[in-house]
Amino acid sequence: MGKIFFYAALALVLVSGLILAPEEAKLAIHPMDQFQVSALFGGDISWYTPTNVTAWMAAAVAAVFALLVLGSSRRAIVPGRAQSVAELAYGFIYKMVEDVAGKDGVKFFPYIMTLFMFIVMANFLGLIPGSFTTTSHIAVTAVLAALVFVTVTVVGFVKNGVGFLGLFWVSSAPLALRPILAIIELISYFVRPVSHSIRLAGNVMAGHAVLKVFAGFAAALGMFSFLPIFAITAVYALEVLVAFIQAYVFTILTCVYLKDALHPSH
Amino acid sequence: MASNTQEAAHGGGSAMPQLDFSTFGNQIFWLVVALVVIYLILSRVALPRIAAVLAERQGTITNDLAAAEDLKAKAVEAENAYNKALADARAEAQRIAAETRAEIQAGLDEAIAKADEQIAAKAAESEKAIAEIKAGALESVKAVANDTAEALVAALGGSADKDAIAKAVAERTKG
Repeated sequence: MGKIFFYAALALVLVSGLILAPEEAKLAIHPMDQFQVSALFGGDISWYTPTNVTAWMAAAVAAVFALLVLGSSRRAIVPGRAQSVAELAYGFIYKMVEDVAGKDGVKFFPYIMTLFMFIVMANFLGLIPGSFTTTSHIAVTAVLAALVFVTVTVVGFVKNGVGFLGLFWVSSAPLALRPILAIIELISYFVRPVSHSIRLAGNVMAGHAVLKVFAGFAAALGMFSFLPIFAITAVYALEVLVAFIQAYVFTILTCVYLKDALHPSH
Repeated sequence: MASNTQEAAHGGGSAMPQLDFSTFGNQIFWLVVALVVIYLILSRVALPRIAAVLAERQGTITNDLAAAEDLKAKAVEAENAYNKALADARAEAQRIAAETRAEIQAGLDEAIAKADEQIAAKAAESEKAIAEIKAGALESVKAVANDTAEALVAALGGSADKDAIAKAVAERTKG
């Protein structure tokens, strides 16, 4: 039965592709248009103008509120669906902070949870067709990474004083090598926020751009448009995975950096 | 078409809106606002509430486990009491049975003794009666023997003295 429906649908796609094929197939691929920042009510964009960035960040905030506040509002001993997910997210990040950053990292849990919830919600909202993905912009992820970098550096110096510099002084290496290693460590320390931010924005942006490229093919190929549509389906599934994994990676790296700040000895 | 004009508006060559620095201020401002709002929501409401729910659940589970342990101990206790009562009842029953058996045995012994006594008395009486009858029979036999001997003597043509006959008969029947 299912097979019959499948072939019927396939035939329908083919026939409609023949009938509805554009008169002149033109390759109109604008994969980067979806990342355009535009003012919601027209006019120039200054720093306070409400833009689509504002709208989708508000959506992310609303989603976080809906999941973690409305979801847990019943405070049930036996949780419902939304409360289960909220508790799962809580336990997931709490355990991550505790395991990676250590017991004394737990007081940064709300901060790390904020980062994770924002990124994961922004990523998933970005997967809604036609939406705007705030985390695909390097401006956004750079600020997130810079927040982590500044926090980690400040915490490192406040907690350990000058001892935080021991992070760059590899005491287990031979003495002659230590200055060279110190330079390498120092460079890698300052490269961290760059890789931290570009990893997230790059992954999200690339995935969305690929989807748009395939969509352009689908528009141009007429009756063979089902091929890129299958590809879009596959890539979309991958993007769902990426949306979560990149949020996870960003968060766990934050925890790792925080661990360096709290326990700088190698 | 719209996209083309937009691209043109945002400084032509750069095909990546990500590198359009004119929007950075806007994005950063709204990002900071969003992060602050999320942080306040999480640290003020959501996280304490979820932590409380989780702690409460843990407490409930611990309490339930303790209660279950308690009930289990009670059940074991009840079972022990039941077994003890059962053993007591069994011992009591055995005791009563033994007592009853002893009682019945005593009654039986008494009855047997009484019956034996009666039987012995009856037997003695009967023996006496038999002895009497036996003695009576012996007397009769002596008389018959005397008479027979006298008759025999007379038939043979003699006459005998009664006393002599009785003496002779007594002598012969002695053995």
